[in-house]
Amino acid sequence: MSEWTGRPAERSAEDDYLDGNALAGPLSEVFAIDITAALGTCGTCGDRRAVAEAHLYVNAPAKILRCPSCGGVLLRLDERGGRVILDLSGFTQLTIEVR
Amino acid sequence: MSGAWNVADVVGLRDETPTARTIRLRLPVPVRVLAGQHVDLRLTAPDGYQAVRSYSVSAGIPPDGLEITVEELPDGEVSPYLVRDLGVGDQVEVRGPVGGWFVWRPEDDSPVQLIGGGSGVVPLMAMVRAHQMASHSSPLRLLYSVRSPEAAVFRHELESLAQASGTFGLQWVYTRTAPDGQPVGRLDAETLGASVLDSGADPAIFVCGATGFVEAVAGWLVDLGHAPDRIKTERYGGLGGAS
Ligand SMILES: Cc1cc2nc3c(=O)[nH]c(=O)nc-3n(C[C@H](O)[C@H](O)[C@H](O)COP(=O)(O)OP(=O)(O)OC[C@H]3O[C@@H](n4cnc5c(N)ncnc54)[C@H](O)[C@@H]3O)c2cc1C
Ligand SMILES: [Zn+2]
Repeated sequence: MSEWTGRPAERSAEDDYLDGNALAGPLSEVFAIDITAALGTCGTCGDRRAVAEAHLYVNAPAKILRCPSCGGVLLRLDERGGRVILDLSGFTQLTIEVR
Repeated sequence: MSGAWNVADVVGLRDETPTARTIRLRLPVPVRVLAGQHVDLRLTAPDGYQAVRSYSVSAGIPPDGLEITVEELPDGEVSPYLVRDLGVGDQVEVRGPVGGWFVWRPEDDSPVQLIGGGSGVVPLMAMVRAHQMASHSSPLRLLYSVRSPEAAVFRHELESLAQASGTFGLQWVYTRTAPDGQPVGRLDAETLGASVLDSGADPAIFVCGATGFVEAVAGWLVDLGHAPDRIKTERYGGLGGAS
């Protein structure tokens, strides 16, 4: 059980992406309920689908969520130094199921 | 449970394959897991440098435990440490379980089709276990694409469940080496079409694995007539073609 020291590898795949599911952890720091299951309307093209379904780019200082239909930026999340900066301005609307 | 990071104790380790292992964690708080959820895991180096990665929960261990199953990505920053070096008694920081979308809930009585590539089987295993636990009568299918029989995580549990259960069906796709008499090759549209529940049955579909795998499978499913809103996906990133 040696100690972990960390060594960020060179990453070539800058257009590799995850999906909005992977935002559930960071967003749980901010919201009391899960926002990834919410339906979001894209401000660029009007497409409406779960936040979890959008494409998440993580190989940048801020995580960027893009609309799978038009590529427009839906959300930016910058977590640094104990602070979260969340820009949701790419959505015109979020529909949240409250059970 | 959400929000803060918790310090979790590593209380058990189990090798699943030569390159994957299951890590049992105990949290300082009660844990409730929905099948398909993940946790974020944070490691901190002695100099303060940190890295965060997500891992699907393979099993909930009430009241305060859970298991994750990690596949080693040879040049990875985090996974080789988790698979090779982490020991019982070590501690890691955990956030979650989180995620309310890529989850199977026992209240849903639709037929279920699961499609996993490589370590993408992990959240699907949680769904298989939950489905069995609930003694659900709806059909449940898993299509599991792996490099070789030896690389298949949960192989024995899945095969014995498939034999014992009247509702669970298991189908393998071997991409590099296969048991005698079985085909080798990447999953394609034709094999997918022949293996998955018919769109007429309107199954709930969960697809998980490397981003390229998920992308291809989701596209073929739509071509097969499955409604896009019945297909839920979870992309693990590039992962060097791990499936
Ligand atoms: C929701 C989710 C669930 C997952 N579940 C599992 C699982 O059950 N089992 C399993 O083996 N793997 C799982 N993964 C993959 C896992 O998170 C790691 O990507 C994998 O272990 C490789 O990490 P690494 O550090 O070893 O490799 P690295 O090469 O160092 O990183 C691999 C990938 O991590 C991504 N990455 C880099 N930096 C960040 C960052 N800051 N935040 C987020 N991602 C970043 C990059 O896209 C890169 O392609 C899951 C991924 C996601 C998104
Ligand atoms: Zn759009």
